[in-house]
Order: sequence, then C-alpha cells, then structure tokens
Amino acid sequence: MIAWITVLLACQLAGEGTALVLGLPVPGPVIGMVLLFVGLAVRGGVPDGLRDVAGGLLRHLSLLFVPAGAGVAAHLTRLEGEALPIAAALVLSTLAALLATGWVMRMMNGRDGS
Amino acid sequence: MNGASLHDVWVYLAASPLTGLTATLLAYQAGTWLSARCGGHPLVNPVLVAVVLLVAGLAVSGIDYRSYFAGAQFVHFLLGPATVALAVPLYNQIRAVRRAAGAMTAALLAGAVTSAVGVVVLGRVLGASEQTVLSLAPKSATTPIAMGVAERIGGLPSLTAVFVILTGIIGATLGGWALRLGGIRHARDVGFALGTAAGGIGTARAFQHSETAGAFSGLAMGLCGLATAVLVPLLHRVLW
Repeated sequence: MIAWITVLLACQLAGEGTALVLGLPVPGPVIGMVLLFVGLAVRGGVPDGLRDVAGGLLRHLSLLFVPAGAGVAAHLTRLEGEALPIAAALVLSTLAALLATGWVMRMMNGRDGS
Repeated sequence: MNGASLHDVWVYLAASPLTGLTATLLAYQAGTWLSARCGGHPLVNPVLVAVVLLVAGLAVSGIDYRSYFAGAQFVHFLLGPATVALAVPLYNQIRAVRRAAGAMTAALLAGAVTSAVGVVVLGRVLGASEQTVLSLAPKSATTPIAMGVAERIGGLPSLTAVFVILTGIIGATLGGWALRLGGIRHARDVGFALGTAAGGIGTARAFQHSETAGAFSGLAMGLCGLATAVLVPLLHRVLW
C-alpha cells in the first residue's frame, strides 16, 4: 500500500515540477494525473494495489473538500452583504453550464448504449 | 486542585492542530450519517452538512479559520494525491473516452464559457461588487487553478476558493435533478456535465451514480480547469 501511495505522491511531485519548469497554468496534481495515466497505458493495466489505494482515496473525495469549504467562515460578512446576487449567479450559471455541457454531449454522441 | 484549569485546557486545545483535524472528520461523519439516514438524498450533501456544522462550530467557539485550517490542512493536502488517483478510473474507461473525444471538446467549451460568462453577467446585473464578480468568474475550475486565475484578473483568491466549493455543492445537490429534467441520462453525459460545471464535488457525486460517470467527471474536471485557465483571462480582457 505504501508503495502505491508513494507512486501517487511521486506523480504529483513530478507534475508540480513540470508546471513550475514550463510555467504552465495547470496545477501539478492535474499533470500528475496525466503522468500516471500515461504510465498505466504503457504498462497496459491497473495493478491491484494501486486500484485499492486509488479507490480508497476517491471513495472519500467529498471529505477532502470540507476544509476549503469551511473557508466560508472567513468571508461571512461579504457573503451576507451580497447574498442574493451571489446565490442567484452561482445557482443559475451552474445549472446553465450543466445543461449546456450535457446537451452538447448528448447531441454529438447520440443516445447509444445508455 | 492540581492540574490545568478548564480554561487553560480549552486555550491549549483550541490552538492545537488536532482539534481542527478531529472536528473536520467528525463533521464529515455527521454529514455522511445524515445523508445515509435521508436515503442518500442529494440535497443532504455530506460536504454541505459538514461545512454548515464547522462554520457554526467556529462561530460558537470563537476559533478563527486560520487556526482551524492548521489542523484541517492534513485532509486538504490529500486533494493532490486524490486528483492523481483519478487516472485509474479514467484508464478503466479509456475506450469510451476515446470514442467521445470530439463531443467532449465541444461540450467542454460550451460548459466552461456558459459558466464563466453566465456568472459574470448575472453577478453584474444583480448588483454584486466588482471584486466579487471577478472572484466568481473562474468558479468552475478546480480550486488551485481558480485561485490562480482570480489573482490574475483582480479577484480575491480565498473568496474564489469558497465559490468553487459552493458551485460544487450546488452542482452535486441540484445537478442530478436538473440533468434528468433536461433529458440527459447517459452516465457518460451526466458525469462529464457534473465534472465540467461542478468540479471535484460534482465528481464525488458522479461516482455515486456509477464508475463510468465518475471517470468522465474526473476527466471533465481536469479539462475544465485547463479551459478556464485559458478562457477566463481572455474573456476578461475582451468582454468585461
């Protein structure tokens, strides 16, 4: 298990390094995801240990957003003062983006195999 | 009467990273428990419940966010390795991904532009302050990208981080319902829409739907971050 955690961290580190060296606007972990993906494609399969570690992390993906979410506490005054425009803009634009993305996907892929 | 007084104990514990970390896990446990009690109803989102509990807890105890985060950062740190781990479900879905590549590019552009232009126009029309509007613009990107973009166009990065999470919670709670209503049912399309519009929390929600939806959502999350990093500064210069 430790070995596969090490692999994940090494990919992230390599990603962070690549982003810094090349001055890319993409965060290190996203580049790390691409690196691990290339590794899996070259190897031609997902090792059991890696599947377990990745599964464990992704099962609790929601938990990892809680600390940043609690940052609401640091901005309560502004959020209260502009509650209506912020709430309406966030809700409506998010729903519009969901539907725009989903419709284009459906239109271009057809409904095969659902 | 030996030992520390109750007050001393409180002062010590409030400043300890252990408190913030434990509180984060407790709040999340409460969130998942409540979510399970409500039969997994999307409105009872574990992140939403946990955030509400923590914000209330911080307000009542008088602990500021910075001391809380000194402990919670250990959980926050795992976001990096978890993002890398998204390569695994993505690899498992490689054939479906390859087949949908063209559609995904078009859908991604549609979603990223709708989200950024939509939130800026609505924010302006409804009278939000300029700094709030600029902090809202990159909200569909994953947190680190969104914060970087906000900084570049004159928003407030820490406020943007909050908007990213709120967007995720909105997408995760209302998204399934909106997509069903819009006639979008294929796991591939549902996942890609959730990842584009609602990032990481949308992806967590997509994994509840199915592994296929989760894989497409994780991919969309990464791509949308990329698109936002390029498009929002550009739109900022040209349109607003």
